[in-house]
Amino acid sequence: MSTPYAKLPAWADYGLIPFINLLVSFAVAGLVVLLVGENPFHAAVILVDGAFGSGTGIAYTLYYATNFIFTGLAVAVAFHCGLFNIGGEGQAYIAGLGVGLVCLAFDHILPWWLTFPLAILGAALAGALWALIPAYLQAKRGSHIVITTIMFNFIAASAMVYLLVGPLKPRGAMAPQTRQLVEGAQLPKLGWLLQEFGLTVRPSAPLNLSFLLALVMAFVVWVIVWRTKLGYEIRTMGFSSKAARYAGISETRIIIVTMLISGALAGMMALNPIMGDQHNVSLDFVSGAGFVGIAVALMGRSHPAGIVPAAILFGMLYQGGAELAFEMPNISRDMIVIIQGLVILFAGALEHMFRPWVQAVFASFSPRSVGIAPSKAEGA
Amino acid sequence: MAEAAIELVGINKSFGTVRANRDINLVIERGTILGIVGENGAGKSTLMSILYGFYQADSGEIKVGGKPVAIKTPNDAIALGIGMVHQHFMLVENFTVIENIILGAEHEPLLKKSIAKARSELERLEREYGLEVDPDAVVEELPVGLQQRVEILKALYRGAEILILDEPTGVLTPPEADHLFRILRQLKEQGKTIVLITHKLREIMAITDTVSVMRQGTVVATRETAQTTVEELAELMVGRRVLLRVEKGEARPGAVKLSVRNLTVRDSRGVTMVSDVSFDVRGGEIVGIAGVAGNGQSELIEAISGIRRAVSGNVLLDGKAIDVIGHADPGELRDRGLAHVPEDRHHVGLVLAFEENENSMLGYHDKPQYLQGPFLKIDAVRDDAKRKIEKFDIRPPDCRLRTANFSGGNQQKIVLARELEQDPGVLIVGQPTRGVDVGAIEFIHKQLIAMRDRGKAVLLISVELDEIRSLSDRILVMFDGRVVGERGPDASEGELGLLMAGVENREAAE
Repeated sequence: MSTPYAKLPAWADYGLIPFINLLVSFAVAGLVVLLVGENPFHAAVILVDGAFGSGTGIAYTLYYATNFIFTGLAVAVAFHCGLFNIGGEGQAYIAGLGVGLVCLAFDHILPWWLTFPLAILGAALAGALWALIPAYLQAKRGSHIVITTIMFNFIAASAMVYLLVGPLKPRGAMAPQTRQLVEGAQLPKLGWLLQEFGLTVRPSAPLNLSFLLALVMAFVVWVIVWRTKLGYEIRTMGFSSKAARYAGISETRIIIVTMLISGALAGMMALNPIMGDQHNVSLDFVSGAGFVGIAVALMGRSHPAGIVPAAILFGMLYQGGAELAFEMPNISRDMIVIIQGLVILFAGALEHMFRPWVQAVFASFSPRSVGIAPSKAEGA
Repeated sequence: MAEAAIELVGINKSFGTVRANRDINLVIERGTILGIVGENGAGKSTLMSILYGFYQADSGEIKVGGKPVAIKTPNDAIALGIGMVHQHFMLVENFTVIENIILGAEHEPLLKKSIAKARSELERLEREYGLEVDPDAVVEELPVGLQQRVEILKALYRGAEILILDEPTGVLTPPEADHLFRILRQLKEQGKTIVLITHKLREIMAITDTVSVMRQGTVVATRETAQTTVEELAELMVGRRVLLRVEKGEARPGAVKLSVRNLTVRDSRGVTMVSDVSFDVRGGEIVGIAGVAGNGQSELIEAISGIRRAVSGNVLLDGKAIDVIGHADPGELRDRGLAHVPEDRHHVGLVLAFEENENSMLGYHDKPQYLQGPFLKIDAVRDDAKRKIEKFDIRPPDCRLRTANFSGGNQQKIVLARELEQDPGVLIVGQPTRGVDVGAIEFIHKQLIAMRDRGKAVLLISVELDEIRSLSDRILVMFDGRVVGERGPDASEGELGLLMAGVENREAAE
């Protein structure tokens, strides 16, 4: 056994360690709150209460989480191929164009349940196309995907500004956004689902059908990555490009296909605000979800079963953070950015900080649980 | 009995729950050469790392010259006169020899003064020990044997009285190894103490005074070299009797299965690594390619197996061309019956992060037996892996275990099982037993012989000359990208060694 780290049981690997990391990041965030001169425990209560204390709060939390599930999955799929897709932001933004065009074309003609699948295709297609160019450049020219996807975020932002103040803006309107979409492009809200549990939800709460789509996509991603030949090839490529070449896997093809999937997932994020909540395509509707997706994927260990709870956690920070900023004027919304940063720091960058310690604890309780056989079985 | 240079008393070291060193007691006498042998994972390197200050022992005592010492960093070790020559050289390749030697031991703020000082000291060392090397040569331009000499000089320059050499001959040609041994003997005569870590029993017999055998973290025996035999040491290492000679019958070569003509291959920097190589491999024979690592063997098999593009030449597989220059695809070659056990199983032949069963189909993952449309038939994959585990006695027999958690020998068996079970017509094998424990070596060799006896063509590449000699029916020697000679399996080690060193006839060597 050449690895110094023995294997932990899955629940500790995927549950306990992220939980410890989270706890530490909250503790440090608490210190920051203390520095600002507020009571961190009180702040925590407001934050959690704001996110989960009411039906409406939960609806908002899950609405934000929907965005983060899509972008988190997008980043995770690319991670499995060893690619760092930082372009989720731009891919989602451009996908807004795909969704917007479909909705603007059909919202007067078709019912929402026919517009929706078309819009899903539009979103996925636009997002995938926006990822295709960096993917092609990486696969064929070796241009680093991190650099190209960042640049494409800026190009996407500029292109969308141009479109939203120009061609897509209704004549005479003042706001840089499309016209309001009518019923044929409005997704049903899911507030009733929470009401089934006896919660009260304001009708304006934005939780909508795309949340369920996000959960379905989480399952689809799991199937693709772990249960298909394509996923097997993606993971081989991600772990070792040499092994992939040895196995006869085309590097070019796998990079491009992976990035198409990643871009499509990021693109689907656009469905949630456009069709589910604000019913228009507006300036900067993505508002950082693409970047939060990176943190979500890191925290969720690039596994859908980790990404969904991580996305809900970040949804909680967004929703609870808004409440916190309202209740405690000393704490601005930037505080949430700090907490996010700490979560990323501890869950991502310092992921292994507590691992040796946890392993030592496990090893001292039961050696078998960390995968060490009592005597080493060697050779034939 | 001579005075003890180093005494290790009751050394224990654990990583997690793995006890790498258990209660080790060892006395290294001044002015002697001690050999430490053992399989991979027996704890040799851990023990030496403790002595050199890379690790701290959990318990136990180290005495240098009779006094208990605490060695917390390599600097402590150096201060106590302990020097180490690592298996992978710790040299700055684009520095000159003298710059490398003073690196970390510059006593003056201005480099020029340090270098001047070092130069006179170096001259003295070279005179005393016969360690000639041009102090102004750039290290990367020196042959490996000389680079190793620089490592030794580095240790001596820092005042080492005790030298630890970790697998020093792995990268050397037999003549270079002989030269190293002469230097070591000279050092011994000057009163230096030498610890030699190796798995090559022949070297132990040739040069050491005393030998300690390690197994599973303990020293199982210490013998006077003169009073032991290779067979006894092998048995002590493995814990049971091993067959060191490979038993095989006459080869019955059949039709040509693999034919290589005028193959030229360049590496990624554009340096020609294989130039104008031609040979045939027939069914029912094992052709071995001997050579010091880095003389083009790796590039040769990569080109034949479609991983690397060749510049020119032809390769025929069963009489039909492989497009080695343009589009040879490893997947397609597998379908045509060419299997490849790559040299680097950690990065090429296996994905260490995968479960065993996932590696068990790597490269064959598009075979219909594993697939249902785009989906993997997980049960079929795992059942197939379990069957191979049983047939090749892969341990532990758990197809869900991460591949990294298997020992080197078992990892190699995973690769072999995968490639041999496809019943290929041609098998290309690179370094089949590198980093593999003695027990598994025996098994792997038997499998290769069995392939041959079933009429398959086997092309074997190995830097272990013993392995080449005992398995091959014909031996080709590569030097500097060319095949410099072909010999039968009865060629002497000396003859092959000279060819490997690029000397094509005996007179030129003298």
